[in-house]
Amino acid sequence: MSSKGGSPISRRAWLGATTGAVAAGLIKTQADAFKLDAQEVQVAADPTKVPGRLVSELGQRAPREQPRRLARRPGLSSSSGTPLQDLCGTITPSDLHFERHHAGIPTIDSDEHELLVHGMVDRPTVFRMADLKRYPEASRIHFVECSGNGGGAYNPERMRTEMSPQSLDGLLSNSEWTGVMLSTILQEVGVQPGASWVLAEGRDAAMLSRSIPLAKAMDDAMLAYGQNGEAIRPEQGYPLRLALPGWEGNAQVKWLRRLEVSDRPTMTREETSKYTDPLEGGTARQFSFVMDAKSIITFPSYPYVLPEQGWWEIKGLAWTGRGKITSVEVSTDGGRNWTEAELQPPILSKATVRFRHLWNWDGNETIILSRAIDETGYVQPTVQQLWEARGQRTRYHMNNQRAWKIAADGSVTFGLGELI
Amino acid sequence: MRQALALLSAVLIVGCGAPEVDRAPGPSDDGSAVLASFPSNAPDHFGFGSDASAARVAMWDIDVKPDGEGLPPGSGTVAQGQRVFLTHCVACHGATGTEGPNDRLVGTAAWEQWPNGQTVGNYWPYATTLYDYIRRAMPQLTPGILTSNETYAVVGYILNMNGLVPADAVMDAATLPAVEMPARDRFVLDDREGGPEVR
Repeated sequence: MSSKGGSPISRRAWLGATTGAVAAGLIKTQADAFKLDAQEVQVAADPTKVPGRLVSELGQRAPREQPRRLARRPGLSSSSGTPLQDLCGTITPSDLHFERHHAGIPTIDSDEHELLVHGMVDRPTVFRMADLKRYPEASRIHFVECSGNGGGAYNPERMRTEMSPQSLDGLLSNSEWTGVMLSTILQEVGVQPGASWVLAEGRDAAMLSRSIPLAKAMDDAMLAYGQNGEAIRPEQGYPLRLALPGWEGNAQVKWLRRLEVSDRPTMTREETSKYTDPLEGGTARQFSFVMDAKSIITFPSYPYVLPEQGWWEIKGLAWTGRGKITSVEVSTDGGRNWTEAELQPPILSKATVRFRHLWNWDGNETIILSRAIDETGYVQPTVQQLWEARGQRTRYHMNNQRAWKIAADGSVTFGLGELI
Repeated sequence: MRQALALLSAVLIVGCGAPEVDRAPGPSDDGSAVLASFPSNAPDHFGFGSDASAARVAMWDIDVKPDGEGLPPGSGTVAQGQRVFLTHCVACHGATGTEGPNDRLVGTAAWEQWPNGQTVGNYWPYATTLYDYIRRAMPQLTPGILTSNETYAVVGYILNMNGLVPADAVMDAATLPAVEMPARDRFVLDDREGGPEVR
């Protein structure tokens, strides 16, 4: 990774790892820099001649597989990205789920954590975690994406060639969430006529709060306490978070402690000063919750190097907050021609889907792109289309197409600048 | 906007008939095999959890709405607010609320005049949001340290630096919601709705 990406790895170490990898005919990513530690691991010359180690209470990754989150800024960073280019499939390992918080990660004891539900309800109620876990449970696979994800592909002053999927779009993760549907709890407390909004508030030092339309709360919103088979990680809201499938991450309030049913929004700082979209013409778009369709090629991408021409499989992720992805198209000639990629089932609503496209690279410099199409007929737009619709001042919902430039020497860099 | 917000709710509620609850655990749009069905033998009311008394609710119900609902008793002046600001806010927002390193608070020029960008004066649509936010989240390293009077005062000072209230203003539960914010009518509801049109 470049030093601009905030990586703790020295460029020298990184180059060393890369050079060795290319010489060996392999392809390498940022995670490889951490694999230098593997040299110090005792490796049997012939594992078939030495008994292996015994069982353990807690498993760990192979020394050579050490993906890491990447902090956005060195030091006091409030966000870190998932290493999209190092992962396969669609589920994000929980310890690599992206982080974004506004006042640090609180330490909370689930045994004493309480959720207060009040306002326009018949029975204002305090729920402890044990209470919530007695209700009928549901599990669902959904992506979470920060609506501020991907500014490097939208705002010209933030665009760089040395951006990886992680440093560009790492504030995207996909997990199986388990909990109680919010509709179950709202039924339990009795929502009164005339109610139309629910204020959700966290127990962090920002007491982060967002107003959620009651319709969403009644639809597919969940009070989640599980993530990929275990309790939600502290970074993702332990012991309880609001899960709003398909909506921007900020609204999916973590460390949830209060829900107030109301007939109007509170107009919190996070839904007025932030997470709104100033448009051309002097207006600003508010309550822009839904994440529109988006895709990104995660291989080949920066900082991979293709060691030779020939058959390579282009791989990536696509997702939409409006339901299911219906197709993903890939271009290997800078956007002139597009071919439908293969989608890996199951294709779930409001979840990431893996796409693949087998490509015979002729060794010439080119630019590859992807565009996602969802079930509403929405086609992931070009950056020019988004600029035309919104101007360049918005800082959220930057879901335009991403591009990678493959140089003749096989090196890959972020290539959208070449198309502007 | 009030009308529009009601409309937003109505639009989103299509097929839901709120506040009646469809007991299905997932939305109809999914149709996915990953969804379990809600138990058909579930009672209308489980009765888990404990009743929240009015006092219990009052202890946590800290949000302030644009009409002033939720504002506590107390008051503060612009002059008092300057002292609060210089004690608790300057390190992150600068002596005049413009220097950073964190959010720029002061600026009356239209937000289009980048890079001055969005400030309380040119972008925040409701003055009550200042009270709500400062009470819940500021100062960043010692949230909750300010009294109600100090919070009213520093809100008044920030509004005064933006030219929105006079130097002799007194902020309280009656005067704060009445402050007219320049950007109040510039906010529009999200008009993206999927489909082929890019918005």
